[in-house]
Amino acid sequence: MTLAVGQTVRRARPGALARFLHRHEGWRGYLLLSPALLLMAAAIVFPIGMTLMMSTWSLSGYDMDTTPGIGNYVAMTEHPMFRVLILRSLTVALTCTFFTVVLCYPMAYFVAFHAGRHKAIWLIVMTLPFWTSYLLRVFAWKVVLGYEGVLNTALLGLGIVSEPVTALLYSQTAVTIVLAHSWAAFAILPIYVSLEKIDKTYLEAAADLGDSPARSFWRVTFPLSLPGVVAAFVMMFVPTMGEYITPAMVGGPDGMLIGNLIQAMFGPMNNWPAGAALSVVMMLTIGLAGLVFVGLNRLMQR
Amino acid sequence: MARYKGFNAPNRPLALYAAAFAVFLYLPILFIPLFSFNTGVYVKFPIEGLTFGWYVELFQRDPLKAAFWNSVKVATAVSLLSTIIAVPAALAIARYRMPGKAPAVSFIMLPLVLPGLIMGVALLGLLHRLGVTLSLLTVTLGHMVICLPYAISVLLPRFVGFNRSLEEASADLGEPPWRTFWRVTFPCNLPGIFACLLMTFTISFDEFFMAFFLSGTKSTLPMYIWGQLRFPSDFPSLLALSTLILLFSFVLVFTSLRLGRIGQPALAEGAK
Repeated sequence: MTLAVGQTVRRARPGALARFLHRHEGWRGYLLLSPALLLMAAAIVFPIGMTLMMSTWSLSGYDMDTTPGIGNYVAMTEHPMFRVLILRSLTVALTCTFFTVVLCYPMAYFVAFHAGRHKAIWLIVMTLPFWTSYLLRVFAWKVVLGYEGVLNTALLGLGIVSEPVTALLYSQTAVTIVLAHSWAAFAILPIYVSLEKIDKTYLEAAADLGDSPARSFWRVTFPLSLPGVVAAFVMMFVPTMGEYITPAMVGGPDGMLIGNLIQAMFGPMNNWPAGAALSVVMMLTIGLAGLVFVGLNRLMQR
Repeated sequence: MARYKGFNAPNRPLALYAAAFAVFLYLPILFIPLFSFNTGVYVKFPIEGLTFGWYVELFQRDPLKAAFWNSVKVATAVSLLSTIIAVPAALAIARYRMPGKAPAVSFIMLPLVLPGLIMGVALLGLLHRLGVTLSLLTVTLGHMVICLPYAISVLLPRFVGFNRSLEEASADLGEPPWRTFWRVTFPCNLPGIFACLLMTFTISFDEFFMAFFLSGTKSTLPMYIWGQLRFPSDFPSLLALSTLILLFSFVLVFTSLRLGRIGQPALAEGAK
């Protein structure tokens, strides 16, 4: 008897829930979306909240003193080292982003408009290196640019230089080149997508109305591809700002970036609160840069 | 008749530029397999002789084997879990009208605009405060966060383009929603789901930033490589190992990109 009662109850409840979900599309959607949202809350919101809190703590001996204060941020304004590293990171990230986007635009344009039958192959060619290990790509550059590396030994062997060129490795330039190479796919894909979406009849209309190809590019194609360019800027700027492997491998002392300092604070220097404060500054910088990119896009669209 | 001829016409200078670009993209990577067969310890020209010795030597390294299996374990778990989470999420984004959908989607895509370094140290700080010991499980959690936006981006276009009348037919014939999913939606989108599994596996297998902070005492393959990079005498073995990983990743990604295309003709037919 009790079993039968239990069964009816068990049957009635999902029925009510199912009816409720059937009537409310929004709730049904959020039910499906909830595992993803929960994961992001657990692994993004809470950790970043923790970082914000930790950045106000201080170091006492080997432990953390959890009384809130702004000591870490004050220290950042006082020590010139922080300013130098932040400015250098910004310079490297911005130059690298700018040149990569400028160089990738024609590439994306080619794949979108002129690759013809081979478009699919070109797309795979462009994106394949991006899916291979990032560490190995940087390692490959170390092999190429090293003192006794591929480039130097080749130049020596061909008699172009009489002794190895030292400027190639362990410099800010090396970091910029390697970063540009590592993240190029991040720039190509958004630009390609925005070019691909352009309604081709606009270009036909421009040609019919007598625009030269160059003019129709600047007046139709380029403005319509701007959202992709902005996305490319953001997608490039984010990883290059947070970089610490490339500087550690090919940067040398002059190529150290803010990421290396954060990594050191959480590693050998063991000053987590200072590292957290630096992370907060980095996030703010990226957020600000994102706002500037988006704002510029709005201005240019007008 | 459209007079506009520029579209899809061959463009010689641009094609040359593209070729040069591709060479720049692949040249540094090609030196890895080239020098992995070199008998000399130093990575420099001229190549002294050809050998498979460095590959043979790899199989005698026990820490390497351990790191490899750790990476396989983590990547398998990550690809399964993030795909299981991504499928309903992508369905919801593609199908349902929900209030506040746009902010919710941007929230899920947040890992794309946060550097791995920041997510790594933030997660490390939280786990440390909670008293969680770092292990392969924490790496799995970190990798799932990174993979989820990519997994959803791979699945979303297929769910958007999927012909819904098949599902409606199934519902009209009296199937409950979950059976419709299992018998119609899931099998029809199998290539996309498989592509998603492969993609997330590759990302997790190669991921370095999160593993750097979250792996604790057990290292994954990229962590092992990072540790060996300090010893220049190990370079040839690393080159051999890198060659194998590159080959493996290329095959996986190529397969998943091809799979991505298998679905497309079906989609086009569905749209007619």
